[in-house]
Amino acid sequence: MMENKSNGNGQKEWQPKIVAFFCNWCTYTAADSAGVSRIKYAPNIRIIRVMCSGRVDPQFILDSFAKGADGVLIGGCHPGDCHYQEGNYKCLRRFRLLQRVINSFGIEPERLRLEWISASEADRVRVVVNEMVNQVKALGPLALPQKYEELKKEIEHHPVTSEIKEE
Amino acid sequence: MAEKPKVAMYWCASCGGCEESVVDLAEDILFVVENVDIIFWPVAMDFKRSDVEKFADGEILVSMINGAIRSSEQYEMAQLLRKKSKIMIAYGACSHMGGIPSLANEFRKELIQNYVYSEAPTVSNPDETRPQPILKENGREVELPVLWETVRALDQVVDVDYYIPGCPPTPKILKNALVTLLSGNLPPKGTVLSPDVALCDECPRKDTKPTDLQFKEFKRPHLVEIDPELCFLAQGLICMGPATRSGCEALCIGGNMPCSGCFGPTSRVRDHGAKFLSSIASSVDAKTEPEIDEILNGIPDPVGTFYRYGLAKSTLHRRLNL
Repeated sequence: MMENKSNGNGQKEWQPKIVAFFCNWCTYTAADSAGVSRIKYAPNIRIIRVMCSGRVDPQFILDSFAKGADGVLIGGCHPGDCHYQEGNYKCLRRFRLLQRVINSFGIEPERLRLEWISASEADRVRVVVNEMVNQVKALGPLALPQKYEELKKEIEHHPVTSEIKEE
Repeated sequence: MAEKPKVAMYWCASCGGCEESVVDLAEDILFVVENVDIIFWPVAMDFKRSDVEKFADGEILVSMINGAIRSSEQYEMAQLLRKKSKIMIAYGACSHMGGIPSLANEFRKELIQNYVYSEAPTVSNPDETRPQPILKENGREVELPVLWETVRALDQVVDVDYYIPGCPPTPKILKNALVTLLSGNLPPKGTVLSPDVALCDECPRKDTKPTDLQFKEFKRPHLVEIDPELCFLAQGLICMGPATRSGCEALCIGGNMPCSGCFGPTSRVRDHGAKFLSSIASSVDAKTEPEIDEILNGIPDPVGTFYRYGLAKSTLHRRLNL
């Protein structure tokens, strides 16, 4: 699942997986427009359309990380422009607290990003996605599923031998 | 007279409060003694592991394990009791979700041991002694349990049939659970034996909860005088009630303390802490980042607050990249 990082000798470069939650009214429309306008950007994001950035439950974000995402990007309407008046503000407040929480769990806050991109800002989608992909590439793989597998090993290890090996 | 069903009770990483909760049954304990045979309960009665090993597989009707699992010995006992029992119950918050001990998942084992065995102000350990898995004394070799890196809930190591929530479970919850189990009319596997609605539903302050909460600041219970009638959230105090399963009869609320979430989430919620974070944060009364942060800084330890009883069972389980 996780490819090796390139060391410049023709090996396949590791590609981050980024889950993107884009709101229907602004950022998703911008991404759609970016596609129609044939704007090229890094192919590392998997876009999930939600009706509003306020619909992005923190459980979705934690689930994305736990199931193997290296980064999560949320896109919503600019402040004051929310189709539902307040949704993007709710998202911003959750985002600020959630960044502190994921940091406590050992996940770099840069892996979670929130951007306001209006329907007319197709090129901004390109800029933000490329920036984020580069940032996450620099951080390297998060690889939580593999780390959870690694953690499980202590359960089955013979108690005595495992401790001696550690020392 | 037909033989009474056999019940075992065991403790793992716990404080003893769950054992206490059995005694809290008061005269109802007679109901227990009348209806079941307690065949293993190390806290109160002198039985050994070898006594459990003598039972046939499935001969014990119910095993209730309290406490989280964080050592090789606790794991072995959980496996043994699972094998010998028809029904395995995770008893209390630690066994159910990891509980307070699972807050250790925010740290590395080494860090915890260094503090406990060296750095704590009350400890003097000039030889830097640490627990060893093998002890040799007078030519004998003794094997000691190994502490795990990660604290786990019971169902993360063995198959669990039912959960009795609470820190500790209340006598009423325990008695209802026993009556249900003895009736033979068993609920679906995996059921948490407590009502599947939020605590607000049975809260005596329900009527004072604002429909549209707005937090201008977060207060901490030990720093303010708390109004004994008004909804805690309306007072700017963090109360996990809206995200927590009911069944405790709002005991803490009755003691003028906000809910800290020991009964865990309802069945519709997968991550207790994240769901509560979502609800609390969205009601912060600010629209710019600096203002939002200033208010949210009133929650100094979000993980310890939102995942106080459930870090082991949270989506992310523990701190990684240690």
